[in-house]
Amino acid sequence: MDRPIRVLVAKPGLDGHDRGAKVIARALRDAGMEVIYTGLRQTPEQIVSAAIQEDVECIAMSILSGAHNTLLPKVVEILQKEGVDDILVLGGGVIPDEDIPFLKEKGIKEIFTPGTPTSKTIEFIRNNIKR
Amino acid sequence: MDLGARLLNGEKRAVARLITMIENNEKEAVNILKKYYNKTGKAHVIGITGPPGAGKSTLTDKLIKQLRKEGKTIGVIAIDPTSPFTGGSILGDRVRMNELSTDPGVFIRSMGTRGQLGGLSKATQGAVKILDIYGVDYIFIETVGVGQSEVDIAKNADTTLMVMVPGLGDDIQAIKAGIMEIGDVFAINKADRDGAKRTATEIEIMLDFNKTDRRPPVQKVIAIENKGIDELIVHIKEHMNYLKETGQLHKKRIKNSKLEIVDLIQQKMMNMILDRSSKEEIVDKLAKDVALRKLDPYSAGEKILEEIK
Ligand SMILES: Nc1nc2c(ncn2[C@@H]2O[C@H](COP(=O)(O)OP(=O)(O)O)[C@@H](O)[C@H]2O)c(=O)[nH]1
Ligand SMILES: [Mg+2]
Repeated sequence: MDRPIRVLVAKPGLDGHDRGAKVIARALRDAGMEVIYTGLRQTPEQIVSAAIQEDVECIAMSILSGAHNTLLPKVVEILQKEGVDDILVLGGGVIPDEDIPFLKEKGIKEIFTPGTPTSKTIEFIRNNIKR
Repeated sequence: MDLGARLLNGEKRAVARLITMIENNEKEAVNILKKYYNKTGKAHVIGITGPPGAGKSTLTDKLIKQLRKEGKTIGVIAIDPTSPFTGGSILGDRVRMNELSTDPGVFIRSMGTRGQLGGLSKATQGAVKILDIYGVDYIFIETVGVGQSEVDIAKNADTTLMVMVPGLGDDIQAIKAGIMEIGDVFAINKADRDGAKRTATEIEIMLDFNKTDRRPPVQKVIAIENKGIDELIVHIKEHMNYLKETGQLHKKRIKNSKLEIVDLIQQKMMNMILDRSSKEEIVDKLAKDVALRKLDPYSAGEKILEEIK
């Protein structure tokens, strides 16, 4: 049996909705992945600590609060500070198109805006994790 | 520095990677565990089990926070079921323990059951050893008390904490039958709800039938309000003292070591047989013949064993 891909699904920021995060968590599970679900209101520090302990291959963050330009790059920054360079970092949620180039430049490998079919995210993870 | 040295050096990333490797059955991780096995056996291993939603994760979070105040270090292995259909899982126990994520004295790892034969207990026991070598004082293993293998895992701990909730109604009958004997300490969580007293009484009555020299304590707790946690920790520690004073700890560990050795042999044999008989294909083919009554299962088993002779 192939070992399952391990993904941390997190919801950084202060807004109180995790529907989007739950939808993606279920889709990844149904695609045979092991999803570590951490729930609402995660700080970047908590996300990175959890990702390290869980030894995940991907961090998928869903964000609606508008704070994506600070929170997402912060996660990448802390990962780098910890010397972690083998985790794929993805973002999703309500993120305006004009912010995407900046986020990618900061090391978020892909951004999935609302309406993206989950199959696309699944395929991206399968093709881009380091194995 | 190699992984083993980094583990001894207290690096969380080394702990995490080794657990992954042991979960994936990698030889290198087994070699590291061989090398450092003599450094294990120091942590107090606590199995926490009970029905889904009983508050096991919430309770674990509170127990850990209290033990942290005493300066103790903690490892957690939280096991959730893998879907038998997709092989995937959502491991959600961390949701209740998020504040502990950044605590340097706590290491939390989620595991899926993954459904391999004997694989779960092997992975869990490997992870326990890794955390033990890493040097934590307490290791919590959370499992849902439904499947046999999950219950087995809880049973292999030094102390098994059974978490019950009020209002299980008839369910408690089923749970009582198999699981009551393995609880060293009982927690009635959600004691803020109606019926906690009745559940406690029911459990006490069940315990009246147990003929052991130590009667497990039954403690009411309200995990979300942090109530009854100190008392529960006292019970857990007292159980360990009891095991030590009566010499049962040593006996228990001999018994568990024996089980582990037998388990490992079984797994190795299985792998050997399935490998030699060109993986599971032959077994699958024979199974078809058996189902069609072209062959009986006894001869099928003998046929496969013939191949490795
Ligand atoms: N009323 C009440 N709810 C609780 C208590 N402890 C936990 N819960 C809730 O029970 C639910 C399940 O808790 P969780 O720790 O995930 O249970 P587990 O599946 O056994 O790990 C959560 O919504 C908790 O907030 C308690 O003492 N009282
Ligand atoms: Mg739980």
